[in-house]
Amino acid sequence: MEKSLNWREFVITRSIKASGYSAILFVALIFFFLVREGLPTFGEVESTSLLNIRWYPIEDRFGILPLITGSIMVTFGATLIAVPFGIGTAIYISEIAPRWVREILKPLVELLGGLPSVVLGFLGILVLSPFLRVFLDLPTGLTAFTGSLLLGGIAVPTVVSVAEDALDAVPRAYREGAWALGATRWQTIWRVTLPAARSGVITAIMLGIGRAIGETMTVMMVTGNAPVLATALGSLFSPVRTMTATIAAEMGEVASGSTHYHVLFFIGMVLFLISLGVNIAASSVVFRAKKRAERILS
Amino acid sequence: MNKIIIENLSLQYSDGTESLRNINLGIREKAVTVLFGPAGGGKSTLLRCLNRLNDLTEVRASAGRILIDGENVLDADTDVITLRRKVGMVFARPVVLPMSIRENLTYGLELAGETRRSKLDEAVERSLKLAALWDEVKDRLEDPAIALSGGQQQRLCLARSLALQPEIILLDEPTSGLDPISTGKVEAALTELKKEYTIILVPHSVQQAARTADYAAFFLQGELIEYNEGKALFTAPKEKRTEDYITGRFG
Repeated sequence: MEKSLNWREFVITRSIKASGYSAILFVALIFFFLVREGLPTFGEVESTSLLNIRWYPIEDRFGILPLITGSIMVTFGATLIAVPFGIGTAIYISEIAPRWVREILKPLVELLGGLPSVVLGFLGILVLSPFLRVFLDLPTGLTAFTGSLLLGGIAVPTVVSVAEDALDAVPRAYREGAWALGATRWQTIWRVTLPAARSGVITAIMLGIGRAIGETMTVMMVTGNAPVLATALGSLFSPVRTMTATIAAEMGEVASGSTHYHVLFFIGMVLFLISLGVNIAASSVVFRAKKRAERILS
Repeated sequence: MNKIIIENLSLQYSDGTESLRNINLGIREKAVTVLFGPAGGGKSTLLRCLNRLNDLTEVRASAGRILIDGENVLDADTDVITLRRKVGMVFARPVVLPMSIRENLTYGLELAGETRRSKLDEAVERSLKLAALWDEVKDRLEDPAIALSGGQQQRLCLARSLALQPEIILLDEPTSGLDPISTGKVEAALTELKKEYTIILVPHSVQQAARTADYAAFFLQGELIEYNEGKALFTAPKEKRTEDYITGRFG
C-alpha cells in the first residue's frame, strides 16, 4: 500500500515536471526551426539589401525595413489606445463600479477578448475604414491608424482582464487604511491600490502589447498592406504592411526553400526577437519592483 | 458630555450577515468607551459606521442617526473625507505603507494638502510622542516602517491617525496580534490619549475591556444589551447575558 502510493506520487510529480519543462522545450524548438529556415537569408541576400526600403519579392528586393516600421507603428498606436482604456476599465470594474455592473461588465469584456479577430477585421473593412475615409478625408480608409484602432480594441480585453485581477488581489486592508486616513477615492486608487498592484498591471500592459504585435488577421484586412516605409507621423494615415501580415499573406505562395521563403522565416525570427525583448523588458521591470519590495522588507 | 449620539441605528449588509438592530448609545467625550461582546455582534460594523467606512461595503438597509457634535454623519451630504480626518481609525492588523517611518506619518497630511516641512516635522514628533513611540524610533525615522516590530507598527498606525489631529479615535481590536508587553504599551498610550481624545475601542478580550473601559457597551448579535460605566458593568452587570459573557460562560 505504502509502496504503491509512493510510486503514484513519483509518476504524478514527474509528469507535472515534464509538462513544465515541455514549455521550454517547445520554445527552444520553435526558435531552432525559425533559425534553421531563416538564417540562410544571410547567404542569399545582401544584408544591406535587407535594410533596403523596398519589399518587392518578385523582383528579388527584400527590404524588410518598411515591414518593421509598419508593425511598430501599428503596435505603438494600438498600445496608446489599449493601455489607458484598458487600465481605466480595469480600475472602473475593480474599484468604482457597483457589484451588479461589475458582474455584467467583467464577463462581457472577457467575451470581447474571445471574439475571433477576423470578425473584427470584417467590421473594420465594412464600418470603420469607410467611416475614417470620409471623416478624415483620406484617399483610403485602410491605414495604419485603422489597424491601430482595431488592434487597440483587441488588446483592451487582455489588459482589462489581467489588470483587474491584479487590482482585485490588493488586500482590502490597504484601501481601508487609506480611506481611514481621509484619502479620497481617487487618491486611494492612484497612490495605494495601483502601486500595490504594479507588477500585475505591468504584466497586463505587456500581454496587451504582445497581443497587438502578434495579431495577424485584423491588420492584414484593414491596414491596406502597402509596404511603404513610415518616415513621418503622417504615415499613420496611409496604408502600411506589418511583418505578421506579410508572412501570412505570402507564406502560402512561396516555393519551399527559395530565397523568398527564407526571408519570410527571417521576418519570423525578427518578430520572435521583438516579442522576446518585450517580455524580458516586462519581467525585468517586475523583477526590479520585487527587488525594491525585498529591500524595504529586509 | 456626549461627543457622539447614536439614535435608533439599524443596519444590514446586502448578504444579510452582520447587522445592527435599533442601537441607542451616547459616547462620552475624552474617555475610553469599549464596545465588546462575542464575534459577529456588530461591534466592528458600528465602529465603521462612525467614519462611514461602511459606505464602501454593500449595505442593504440603514435607519437611524449618528450625531457627532450634533451633526448627523449619515446624511448624504456629509463630507466623508473631512469626517474621516476628524474620526481616525486603527485596524486589527497594522497596515504600514511600504515607505519610511516618517513618510508613513506625513502621508495623511500630504493627502490633505499639507506641504510645509516644518508643519510635517512637527506633526511627526507630536504624533509619535502621543503614541509612545518617539523614544524608540526618533533616531531612525528614515528607516523602512516594515522593519518595526508588530507592536511598534501598530503604534505607528496609531500615530499616523493622530498626525491628522482627529477628535475621535476608533480602534478595532488594535492589539489582537500583539504580545502582552506591546499590548501594555498600546493600552498605556490610550490612557494618555483619553485626556484629549474621544476613544472608542473594540477590545480583543474581556480582560482588555475591563482594563481599559471608562464606559462599556455589551453587544450580542447586533443588539446593545447593556451600557454602563466600565467599573459598574464589569463588577455588577445588570443583565444576565452580560454576566454570563463576562464570567466566561459563553463566547
